[in-house]
Amino acid sequence: MSAPLLTVEDLEVSFPGRTGFTRAVRNASFTLGRERLGIVGESGSGKTTMGRALLGLLPRTAQVTARTMSYDGTNLLTCTERDWQKLRGRRLSMVMQDPKYSLNPVMRVGRQIAETALLHLRTDRGDAKRRTLAMLEAVQIRDPELVYRLYPHQLSGGMGQRIMIAMMLIAEPDLLIADEPTSALDVTVQNEVLRILDDLVRVRGMGLVMISHNLTMVSSFCDRVLIMYAGRIVEECAASELQNAKHPYTQALIAATPSLDVRRTELATVTRDPEWLK
Amino acid sequence: MSESAEGGSVAVRQNPGRQAAKLASRVGSFVLTLAATFVGLTAVTFFISRLTNIDPVLAIVGDKATSAAYDNAYLALGLDKPLIVQYFIYLMRLLTGDFGRSVLTSQPVLADLLRVFPATFELATIAIIIGVVVGVPAGVIAGATKGRWPDQVIRVVGLFGYSVPVFWLGLIGLFVFYGKLGWVAGTGRLDVFYQGVVTQRTGVILIDAALEGNWEIVGNAFSHLILPAGILGYFSLAYVARMTRSFMIDQLSQEYFTAARIKGNSYWRAVWRHAFPNIMVPLITVIGLSYASLLEGAVLTETVFAWPGLGLYITRALFNSDMNAVLGGTVLVGAVFITINLVSDLLYKLADPRLRAS
Amino acid sequence: MSDTLGTWLMSETPMSRRQAVIGSVYRAVRSIIFNPTALIGLIIVTLLIFMGIFAPLLSLGNSPLAQNLAGRLAAPSADHWFGTDELGRDILARTLYGARATLAIVALVSVIVVPIGLTVGTVAGYLGGWVDAVLMRITDIFLAFPRLILALAFAAALGPGIENAVIAIALTSWPAYARIARSETMTIAHSDFIQSVVLQGASTWRILFRHIVPLCLSSVIVRLTLDMAGIILTAAGLGFLGLGAQPPTPEWGAMVSSGRDVILDQWWVATIPGLAIFIVSLGFNLLGDGLRDVFDPKSR
Repeated sequence: MSAPLLTVEDLEVSFPGRTGFTRAVRNASFTLGRERLGIVGESGSGKTTMGRALLGLLPRTAQVTARTMSYDGTNLLTCTERDWQKLRGRRLSMVMQDPKYSLNPVMRVGRQIAETALLHLRTDRGDAKRRTLAMLEAVQIRDPELVYRLYPHQLSGGMGQRIMIAMMLIAEPDLLIADEPTSALDVTVQNEVLRILDDLVRVRGMGLVMISHNLTMVSSFCDRVLIMYAGRIVEECAASELQNAKHPYTQALIAATPSLDVRRTELATVTRDPEWLK
Repeated sequence: MSESAEGGSVAVRQNPGRQAAKLASRVGSFVLTLAATFVGLTAVTFFISRLTNIDPVLAIVGDKATSAAYDNAYLALGLDKPLIVQYFIYLMRLLTGDFGRSVLTSQPVLADLLRVFPATFELATIAIIIGVVVGVPAGVIAGATKGRWPDQVIRVVGLFGYSVPVFWLGLIGLFVFYGKLGWVAGTGRLDVFYQGVVTQRTGVILIDAALEGNWEIVGNAFSHLILPAGILGYFSLAYVARMTRSFMIDQLSQEYFTAARIKGNSYWRAVWRHAFPNIMVPLITVIGLSYASLLEGAVLTETVFAWPGLGLYITRALFNSDMNAVLGGTVLVGAVFITINLVSDLLYKLADPRLRAS
Repeated sequence: MSDTLGTWLMSETPMSRRQAVIGSVYRAVRSIIFNPTALIGLIIVTLLIFMGIFAPLLSLGNSPLAQNLAGRLAAPSADHWFGTDELGRDILARTLYGARATLAIVALVSVIVVPIGLTVGTVAGYLGGWVDAVLMRITDIFLAFPRLILALAFAAALGPGIENAVIAIALTSWPAYARIARSETMTIAHSDFIQSVVLQGASTWRILFRHIVPLCLSSVIVRLTLDMAGIILTAAGLGFLGLGAQPPTPEWGAMVSSGRDVILDQWWVATIPGLAIFIVSLGFNLLGDGLRDVFDPKSR
């Protein structure tokens, strides 16, 4: 593996609450190369917050500190708003959960995709449109010319998410964060969207951070997995080694996953131990 | 929607028959609402007008009339019939365009209304332009800087607008800008000196004078107009800005706004290019409501500035129990309300692709 | 000690129902006091009440009604801090006594409007169907009417006077409350706890007045506070047009009107009472804004 793309050391994110600060992410450290990294945890475990912190998009009230947070030689901690604008979309990007909410409802999807190209690539409208059509083709939209002119409400969920992917990849970033990219979709189209995402990431040699609560999906899709619990990374292991995880929380999560091969009358629930937070 | 099987063809989800039925029922309920509103407005005004202890007959024949003349007028007005029948007769006459004659001006009410409405229209239009041109950007900026100083400043300016009595602000405005500084002209639509010089075409003096190329009168009309219009514009600005702000705050927490920033849009570019087009629909309704309330006649402003518009006309008629005029004015108010509703309904179908017919 | 009490009050995980209630009241009071706009509003409104009650003491021995034609339209001086009006009456005294008229109107309108609005709104929202349709159509008609013109029509029909002004304003204000109460009711009515009360066999009226009305109350009160300014302005507008309190009773709107003809020379006659209207409505608006922040965190 070459020099890491993303280095995070001791990332802390906290939000002010009624009686002091709530620590959403605690002491998180990890590195990422041009590989596929899965971040798994329950809702509220801080995985989405961590994803947004990497893009500098947390609300103003959030307090973010870290010993190191750098991306491909750029220190993210000292980035100005202008620096972020150059990074976002162009160098690192994000696919969000539900295309029903993450696409602008009053803008034609073609324009939404082309906008990313126009923002970052020295190009004109005609060229941006050509690139957009090519990108639509790359996410396997059958009739790009037609889809270019549609509004988001005219798309199904699976198509919406492919548009989202096209919009986030058209400026050819090196790292993509996918925050629950398929959990809002019908089960039947989940795999297809994942496959398209996988192909694009592979062909372009990008890094990918896949945030999800779906352990099975992440372990089959990623190279490496981070397990988060209550804001901290409790375990890091290769996806193939997940069955041999050491941390009791990870083991409990695995035990709580339903399986087609093993017949169970009752699913195990996770018993939490306050010790895990020490 | 079996998406995977189609491999990405467009999901067409329209059933023309059902759509037409839906449209018809929407139009139907809309017309029904308007009809009910219209009948309700006239009924409320009509019955209130009959509550007054001032005798409508005396108002016509005068208190020196003989009792025979009085009785004739009484019968001619249909006052011997039950109230509900009187109302029905009145409604039927309205539908044929007969608004009756004003006691106060002894002109047909319709002619009076056509004369006073352009004055209100002129005032309301300038005011709403001020309200929109200043209020919308102010609201967007306040919403986008929620809790920080630009928001606080705009909030205070808006709160002042919500709190100040319009008639008092008008008087103070006259005192300062007309009395002390002499920057604007006083009450009325024109200086006495210029009255009746321009032939009435539209009734809107700015336009009529401009059509004749009489720029001196355009200037004079403008200097009469700017103070009352500015004051009304301030009130509509306060309302428009407050509503725009809250619409904006809703939009800024939406996922698509974050998505727009992830693409590399600057915050303000995302605000104007992405969030702003999404508030157009509710904004059109708000602007429509604000314009309608201005067109319905700003009673107090027109009183303070002796502006011969609809509000002043209705007020004067009320004080003189000139019921034909009051009812006619009310009907016009209802018509304005209906028209504005229709227009804003049309406009927001254009603004929102989800409502636009394919 | 006070530290532990503070923690107990501010706890995000109250251990008892009592702690939760006391804690939420404490936090509401705290956030009003720590919210500068709400605090200024509260101070202004308190001052208004104070002015109304102690008007005789504060007016420095000047009667609001005593005329002095020799000293009419006098400029502000040591004897008459705010000058005198066209009948030589002390403007300070009249402004102070005018607070009473304003307070009376505000109190009476609230007493009339809240019960009507709550009843119409909750009944419409809870019963639904044709009752809802009819009640809401009536509400729409009143909402479609320009408020001041309708109030004017009522005031003109009933004859001028402060009671009729109150009735006129109340008649034009209730629809907004009915709307709010209705939409609150619709969300509450479908919640599980209402269903369980229904299953226990509670009558419709009991459900409405014991369970739904109390829950609508807080949003209605916030709306009322925000509306106060509008009520005061409408009342003053009616007074300005001569349809409010009748002379010689001091009322701010009428006082502005009496200063209208002399605005260019004796500016104080109209300016002082107008300023009073402005400050008091500003006070209610600030307080209402603060209350909304406290009770409805969404709109912050």
